[in-house]
Amino acid sequence: MVGLLPLTLTAATVRRRGKRLLGPLDLTLDQGGLTVIIGPNGSGKTTLLRVMHGIERLSSGTAQWSLPPAEARQQQAYVFQSPTMLRRSVLQNLRYPLDLLGHPRAEASARAADWADRIGLGQALDRPATRLSGGERQKLALARALIREPQVLFLDEPCANLDGRATRDIETLLLAVRATGTRIVMATHDMGQARRLADDGVFLRGGMVHDSNRAPSFFDAPKTPELASFLKGDIVE
Amino acid sequence: MNDIFEGLAAALGLIVALDPDLIEISARSLQVSLTALVIACALAIPLGTWLAVQRFRHRRTVIAVLNALMGLPPVVVGLIVYILLSRSGPFGVLGLLFTPTAMAIAQVIIITPLIASITHQAMRDLWADYHDLLISLNTTKWQRVRTLIVDGRRNLLTAALAGFGRAIGEVGAIMIVGGNIDHATRVLTTAIALETGKGDFALALGLGFVLIALALLVNIAIHALSRTESEGRW
Amino acid sequence: MIRHILPLAIAGLVATSAMADTMKLAVTTSFENSGLADVLLPAIKADTDIEVQLLVVGTGQAIRLGEAGDVDAILVHSKAAEQKFVEAGYGTHRREIMYNDFILVGPSSDPAGIAGAEKAAEAMADIAESQAPFVSRGDDSGTHKAELTLWSAAGLKPATFGDWYNAVGAGMGAALNTAAGLNAYIMADRASWLNFGNKADLALLFSGDPILFNQYAFLPVNPEKHPHVRNDLAVQLETWLTSDSAKGLIDGYTINGETLFVFNAKPE
Repeated sequence: MVGLLPLTLTAATVRRRGKRLLGPLDLTLDQGGLTVIIGPNGSGKTTLLRVMHGIERLSSGTAQWSLPPAEARQQQAYVFQSPTMLRRSVLQNLRYPLDLLGHPRAEASARAADWADRIGLGQALDRPATRLSGGERQKLALARALIREPQVLFLDEPCANLDGRATRDIETLLLAVRATGTRIVMATHDMGQARRLADDGVFLRGGMVHDSNRAPSFFDAPKTPELASFLKGDIVE
Repeated sequence: MNDIFEGLAAALGLIVALDPDLIEISARSLQVSLTALVIACALAIPLGTWLAVQRFRHRRTVIAVLNALMGLPPVVVGLIVYILLSRSGPFGVLGLLFTPTAMAIAQVIIITPLIASITHQAMRDLWADYHDLLISLNTTKWQRVRTLIVDGRRNLLTAALAGFGRAIGEVGAIMIVGGNIDHATRVLTTAIALETGKGDFALALGLGFVLIALALLVNIAIHALSRTESEGRW
Repeated sequence: MIRHILPLAIAGLVATSAMADTMKLAVTTSFENSGLADVLLPAIKADTDIEVQLLVVGTGQAIRLGEAGDVDAILVHSKAAEQKFVEAGYGTHRREIMYNDFILVGPSSDPAGIAGAEKAAEAMADIAESQAPFVSRGDDSGTHKAELTLWSAAGLKPATFGDWYNAVGAGMGAALNTAAGLNAYIMADRASWLNFGNKADLALLFSGDPILFNQYAFLPVNPEKHPHVRNDLAVQLETWLTSDSAKGLIDGYTINGETLFVFNAKPE
């Protein structure tokens, strides 16, 4: 597999309707591990993820993978905060990314069924995906993102509004995926989850990287007072 | 009121007797309008979906024009098609005037904007839902259009049936371009106009009931064929 | 799926539009409404193997169809317009076939008192004087033109009439429906009247004046103007329309025992 990483953001800035949402921001995403992005609401976590994935237009600056953009996107996957369910069955949702690449039908179905088993939806292949529960949808979206075996996986609040059981299922899956060498970048509000999963952390504030470090130092010895008070649960603007 | 009962009786009489003329003009009505529907759908559904997916400079203008064309008066369409297909018109050499083909052409022009507009409205909502996912999956324009058409088929059915309803009930345009020739271009609506002209309201009304029944049957048949009702919410 | 249906649908259309030895004849509504066509067309098919497709329109549009070459011949009843058509080279010639007559229909109470009139022009003057509602075709058809001739014979101009004069701009049947609804006077051809199913309170009040005779003529479209027209079929049809078998069918055609048409084609 041709290396996709590192990703280098240089003075990346996003402005919408005269408001600066992100940057100017410099960031390098290296090989390996799971990066957690935290920060207050409106600090630009989602915008940063979308910029890295290449689905948010930059107002200025660059985001550079080590592959050409079209190839780079093929090697990534993104799970949105409220995942989109195609109005199709569970099986068809799972195989959709493979269908787009023109995989043979039988192979795509077999891989989709295999993934359905891994997320506990093996008995629900023919159910309409739009009728799944919140946890099932989130797992389905994750499996659909992973079915192309991406080198990099972006997740935006994958466990918001989920119960403990579903959250644990998803974290187990994420750890397994990380173990196979998939690079994961995840935004979360859940500080417990951040500590459980992170190899390194990025703290965003006002669209800028305010603090970043390897875990566990990121959590245990924050370099900035703002990160320290944010981790304590104080309100940070 | 009496006329309506006589009309119902006439409709029943025609159907029970399997009147050959009735079968002929009903079949021609279906043939012309279904042909027009298939061609119009082939044009309008990709167009309407593409308009939902694609952003370009004059998109709003195109959509506004499309919506305006929905209200196109059939008589005007008929007259324009007539002039174009007339032997002294630009497409006269084709010899299509006063044929079922000419009638289908007029109906295609009448219903394509309608189907495209309804398609666009339905697809706009679906696209808003699918936008992020489909961009993230690096889909091509064509794959996006295809996905929307496949997943929005229930809405497309509504669009198609609206188009079919307008086509089969239309009389102004096809009267002009078809000429209401017996055994050649006479369809249910033009036959109704003819019988009304003869003052035979019972027969006219009877044909009207047959037309309504036919439209209902096609609606039910298409719904049954696509089995969308049993597939739940979408 | 669409890819499979489309060629089928188009093939279906093409198949029905390609037929052997068919010709298109523009006729007036009064001819079609008389029911005579239902008698003549099968006989024509049997004798000559020509399938005649009728386009039922007003005389004005029939002549336009002939001028544009959209029909192979026309059968109409408006002598002045027909002569112009031939003079301008659109038709090869004009051949008189038969005539029927116009009648005046009105409320059975006859408020204008036209039933006792001597002449048609006199009856028209009575209607104008009483200002009883009158329905005019107003569609440039042969019947409409004949009506206008009558008004001018009575020394009157429809342009000066008040709102009792209703020009509906419609075919004979639709105009009769309007007259029935308004309980108004109307000039109609006898055939359309006899076949009309919605007479309401209307009655035949005046007929028989020779000025009301309505001559039908057959005009083949000139193949020099429009090479694609089936002049061969038009000539065959003319031969048949002027033959003895046509004479028998036309003179023998009756509704409720009344003869409608009088065959008067002269042998060439």
